[in-house]
Amino acid sequence: MIGHSGLPLILTLAIGLLLGLGTYTFQFAKGLAYFSNDPAACANCHIMNDHLASWQKSSHHGEATCNDCHAPAAALPKLINKADNGWNHSLKFTLQNFAEPIRIRQINFEVVEANCVRCHLDLTHELRASLGARQETRCTKCHSGVGHGPRR
Amino acid sequence: MKNSRILYITLIAGVAVATFIVTGLLMNITERKQEAQQTYLPLAHIHEDTVDPAEWGKNFPRQYDGYMRTVDTQRTKFGGSEAFQRLDEDPRLRRIFAGYAFALDFREDRGHYYSLKDQDETERTKKRNQPGSCLHCHASVIPAYRKAGGGDIMKGFEEICQKPFSEARKLVTHPVVCLDCHNPKTMALEVNRPGFINGIKAFKKSQGIGNYDPNTMATRQEMRSYVCGQCHVEYYFAGEKKLVTYPWSKGLKVEEIEAYYDEVGFSDWKHAETGAGVLKAQHPEFELWSQGIHARSGVACADCHMPYKREGAMKVSDHHVRSPMLNVERACLVCHPFSAEEMKTRVEIIQQRNARLLIQAEDALLALYDEVKAAQSAGVADGPLDSARKLQRKAQFRVDFVNAENSTGFHAPQEAARILGEAIDYARQGQLAAARLAARNSKK
Repeated sequence: MIGHSGLPLILTLAIGLLLGLGTYTFQFAKGLAYFSNDPAACANCHIMNDHLASWQKSSHHGEATCNDCHAPAAALPKLINKADNGWNHSLKFTLQNFAEPIRIRQINFEVVEANCVRCHLDLTHELRASLGARQETRCTKCHSGVGHGPRR
Repeated sequence: MKNSRILYITLIAGVAVATFIVTGLLMNITERKQEAQQTYLPLAHIHEDTVDPAEWGKNFPRQYDGYMRTVDTQRTKFGGSEAFQRLDEDPRLRRIFAGYAFALDFREDRGHYYSLKDQDETERTKKRNQPGSCLHCHASVIPAYRKAGGGDIMKGFEEICQKPFSEARKLVTHPVVCLDCHNPKTMALEVNRPGFINGIKAFKKSQGIGNYDPNTMATRQEMRSYVCGQCHVEYYFAGEKKLVTYPWSKGLKVEEIEAYYDEVGFSDWKHAETGAGVLKAQHPEFELWSQGIHARSGVACADCHMPYKREGAMKVSDHHVRSPMLNVERACLVCHPFSAEEMKTRVEIIQQRNARLLIQAEDALLALYDEVKAAQSAGVADGPLDSARKLQRKAQFRVDFVNAENSTGFHAPQEAARILGEAIDYARQGQLAAARLAARNSKK
């Protein structure tokens, strides 16, 4: 029979063990890398190997990294976006339940579009003005190869 | 007191569950990291005579697993891998193949796993004598060729082709397997079928490329079609030696293949209704694909029929070779940014048009037969009727080229329509010629 004072000790040990194991797992999974802008971090989970490779063959390779196109530019929205996608990606990759081929979600598609405009505002403002309020033409509809190289 | 005790025990249990989950996650990450290394464990020694795919499967369990799934049979709208009787599906074919073994049995082919079994079971082999040539593609035959030729594959190939089927059949054990596409040492794609090696050499020569050797001169992407083109092609058994030959020395288009057959004076059989010397097209997938937009865009057979898939962190090409219509997500959507349903509809629109045009062309052929028979019974002599028979040969080869091809026109839709358009034209020309002769005869 565990004495009355034994329980806090066990709890302390258990929490310590969890903290240690948790920290190790975080480090083993290169958790800190996800706070960086390093494109290699996106391929941590291997699924993105092809995307990383095709980006290296693309025209934007020298100008923009993953986050420049795929994450919002402002600090807070960027963190929220990373948390949202990070949670979805790790959940799906761990449980292996996702449909192939992987397709960008609408919310992330908007982010990419906004980032195209962020850099190419001057070049496209006349074009965008002519589209009117609906703005339905998307940059990547025609320029699909700029970020990830030409299709086969 | 009691309350704090319950609280402590609940907290400990909670932390234990959390630790359990974190450990599970750690193991999962470790596993994925190992998969990402893409290492393979050479448990079995694979060599040039290892035909049993189970042996290869010890080293490549994922690919083997995919290959073994070719035992599944599933119908698509126009084909698939279920052995339904095409003669019942389209009774016109019984007349079109009149006098030929295909009028006995023309079942849809099943997956790679069944390639030898299908050959054993078809009435064409059971009720007719066939040569050993069939094994060139229905079996994993290269080790048998090597043995029969005393180390020389080409020599063994010539020897086994001329044996009776029943005798040659004893020399092989397996259907199309790993060894038929892969180099056993490097696992690189490799073509080894003598018929293909000779055929592609003749084709490349017609394009001004001398002494072509696909194994050393083709790109990897080309090889991802060539390994399939070893068998999914038009061929015939040349001469008394029944040598499997691909009629490509003038090109891969239907009229170029026809010109080859005309030049060597080859006919598959004499049509029982009209007496015309006609040709049977086999399954010219490679040839029709080569005329289409996918080939032009550098898309290989394997891109759609064996698309990449993920297993954990590994990227594996799907060795469950099958109709892309059963795997639209992976087969089409990697390149086409539309929904699976949209892509499937697009393909079916093309195939539906092709199927309709094919039936029109077949009807034109049957009308030609009727007219030739009417002319014969009106007493028209064989000599003058040969003009109609020649047109039948042209029409018949074109109809069969599209019908025997396994994509229902999809591999090159416009080319398939062109071929069928020509077929209808030749068939109706032949019909007219026979009708004129009959009319002239009755006036006499």
